[in-house]
Amino acid sequence: MAQMNMVKAINLALREAMTEDDGVILLGEDIGQDEGVFRVTEGLMKEFGEERVIDTPLAEGAIVGCAVGMALYGLKPVCEMQFSGFAYQAYHQIEGHMSRYRNRTRGRYNMGMVIRMPYGGGIRAIEHHSESREALYAHNPGLKMVIPSGPRNARALLIASIRSLDPVIFFEPKGIYRAFREEVPDEVETMPIGRAVVAREGSDITLISYGAMLRPTMEAAEDLSEEEGVSAEVVDLLTVSPMDTETIAGSVAKTGRAVVIHEGPRTCGVGAEVTARLIEKSFFHLEAPIRRITGYDVHFPYFASEQAFLPNAERIRHAARETLAV
Amino acid sequence: MPRRNIKIETRVEYLSILDDRGRVDTALEPKLDGDLLLYMYRMMLLTRRLDERLLNLQRQGRIGTYAPIRGQEAVQIGSVVGLRKSDWTVQAFREPGVSLHRGWSINRIIKFWGGYEEGCAVPEGVNDTPIAVPVASQLPHITGIAWGMKIRKKDDVVVGFVGDGGTSEGDFHEALTFAGVFKVPAVFVITNNQWAISIPRHKQTASKTLAQKAVGYGFDGIQVDGNDVLAVYVAVQEAVDRARAGKGPTLIEAVTYRLAMHTTADDPKKYRSDEEVKKWEKRDPVPRFEKYLRDKGVLDDKTVAELEEDIAERIRKGVAEHEATLDVNPVECFDYLYNEVPAELEDQRAEFAAALEREGVGTGD
Repeated sequence: MAQMNMVKAINLALREAMTEDDGVILLGEDIGQDEGVFRVTEGLMKEFGEERVIDTPLAEGAIVGCAVGMALYGLKPVCEMQFSGFAYQAYHQIEGHMSRYRNRTRGRYNMGMVIRMPYGGGIRAIEHHSESREALYAHNPGLKMVIPSGPRNARALLIASIRSLDPVIFFEPKGIYRAFREEVPDEVETMPIGRAVVAREGSDITLISYGAMLRPTMEAAEDLSEEEGVSAEVVDLLTVSPMDTETIAGSVAKTGRAVVIHEGPRTCGVGAEVTARLIEKSFFHLEAPIRRITGYDVHFPYFASEQAFLPNAERIRHAARETLAV
Repeated sequence: MPRRNIKIETRVEYLSILDDRGRVDTALEPKLDGDLLLYMYRMMLLTRRLDERLLNLQRQGRIGTYAPIRGQEAVQIGSVVGLRKSDWTVQAFREPGVSLHRGWSINRIIKFWGGYEEGCAVPEGVNDTPIAVPVASQLPHITGIAWGMKIRKKDDVVVGFVGDGGTSEGDFHEALTFAGVFKVPAVFVITNNQWAISIPRHKQTASKTLAQKAVGYGFDGIQVDGNDVLAVYVAVQEAVDRARAGKGPTLIEAVTYRLAMHTTADDPKKYRSDEEVKKWEKRDPVPRFEKYLRDKGVLDDKTVAELEEDIAERIRKGVAEHEATLDVNPVECFDYLYNEVPAELEDQRAEFAAALEREGVGTGD
C-alpha cells in the first residue's frame, strides 16, 4: 500500500497498463517531454520511449482520429485531451467513428481505446477550462463514460478502461487531482465499469453524486449526521454511462428520498437521467420530490466567481433538509 | 539579410502515360504483364457495369440513394491492384472498384445502398475500412493505421481516398500534418472529380493544384491523369515503394471527372453544362485503356465479349443474392454496439423485441 494523490494514481495505472500490454500507446499534447500539463504522464516517455508516449502536434481531431486508426489496427491507444473544453474539435471523430465503428462493421473491429480528459471547475483557470460536459458523452450511444472520485478508484477504473475493448471517455476531476491522498494497493486492482458504489451507508436519504462533487456530498452527509442526526447514504456513480440503475434504485427503495449532485448544467444533465430512472424504478418508494443540486444552465463563470458557483456542502445539506421536511 | 527567398525542398510532378486516345508514352509505360493488364481492365469494366446496375436498381426503387462513380474507375483500380493483402485501404464513400478488388462480394456492396448494415461489415481477412460518410473524416484513420504499422515494425502500407471537396476539411489538414511529422507509410489519393455536389474545384480552393498541398506537410505531391489507369498505377506504386522503405507519405491528386450525378438525389444540369460533361466523356478511362490493350494485342473482340458476359453473370448473381436476403432482424441494432453489453441495453433490446412482436414484425430471434 502506498499513499498517493489522483495524479500519481492515474500515472501508476498508465504505467501498469503499458507494462502489461505493449499495444498501449499514449497520444496527446505535451504529454512526453513536458510530462503533461498536470504531470499525469510523468516519467512515462523516459520509461517507454517516444514511440509509445507520443507528443503530438496540436490537433485534437487528429489525436482521436489517428487513435481510431490505431484501434482499427489492433493497438490500444489512450489519448489525452489537455482539457475537456478542447475535445469538441475531436467530437466528430468521437461521435462519427469511435462510438460507431464496432456497430458499423458488425463487430469486425473493436474500438478498444480511451480518451482521458481533465474536466470540471476549481482550479482558477481561464474560459474553456472548467466545464463538465459528461452528459454529452453519456447521451452518445456506443461510448462508456467513466468518472472516478478518488485516487484508488481512478487507478482501478483506468486499468479497467484500458483493458476494455469498448471505447471509454475517462473524465478526470482535475479540481481534486492533488486535493487528497488515499491508500492505493501495490498489486494491480481493477473495478468494473458500469457499477456504482455506496460510498457511505445511511437510511434516511440518498445523496447521489460522482467525480469532484463526491467530496462536498460526503461532507454534507457527515454534517447531517453530526448536527441533525440524519443518516444519509451516499452513492458514487463512478460510471455515468452505462448507469448502474440497480444500485441507485436499491438505495432509494431503502431511504425514500434523493438528492442528485453534479457540476454540469441541470437540463438534460446526468441528474435528469438519475431522476428519470428513480421515477421509473422507485416511484412507490418515494416520500418526497427528488432534488437536483447542479451547475445552473449557464456557461461556467470566469474564475473570480467559480467557488461561489460550484455546488457545495451547504447547498447539498440545505436541499437534503428540505427533502427530509416533506 | 532581412528579405530573401526560402528554398523549399519538394517536388510536385504531373504524370500522364496514356493520352485521351489511348496512345502510350513508351518511355513512361510500365512493364506490366498481360495477365495483370487484362485483370485491371476486367475490374474497371466490372466496376462500371456494377455502377450502371446500381443506378438502375435505384431508379427502380430496389435500393436507396446511390452515389455513382462513372468515370472514376481508373483511379480506383489503378490505386489498389499493386497492393498486398496485408496492406490496408481506407475508402471515402464511392470506391466500389476498390472493394471489388479487395474481395468484397457484390451482394455486400449492394447491401450498403440497400439500407443494410451488412454493407459495412468488412469481410474477414480483408484489411479495409468500410464507406465513411462524413467527408474527409476517414483521413486521420489512414494516418493512424499507417502509424500502427510503423509502431509494429511492419513494411505494410495504407492507401486511402478522399475527394476534392474533402481537401477543404480540417481533417485533411490534421491527418496530413500528423502523417508528415511521424513519416507514416501512407498514400493519400485525392479523387479530384471536379465537383463536390454543386461546388466546382476552383471554388473549393484557390490553390493551383491539390497535389501542391503536400508541400505544406513536408512530403511529395504528384498530380496524375486520373483517367489514365497506367499513370495512377505508376504513381501509387512509386509512393507505396517509398512508404514501405520508411520514406514516409505521399499525396496523389488524380484528376478525373464525375460523369454522373453526385448522388441520385441531385440533378447536375442545375450547376454544370452538358458541353463540359461531353468534353470529359471523350477522356473516358475505360475505352482509353481498352484501345491501349487492343493495340498491345492483349484484348480483342472475343475477349471483350467474354468479359462482358462473365461480368453480367456475376452482377446478376450478386443482385439475386442481395434480393434473396432482404429479411431484416431490427433488434440486431443492439447486438454489435458493445463488446461488453450493458444490462440496460439488454432491457431495451427486450422491450424493442416485445414491441415488434406485438406489432407482428418478425425478429428472427
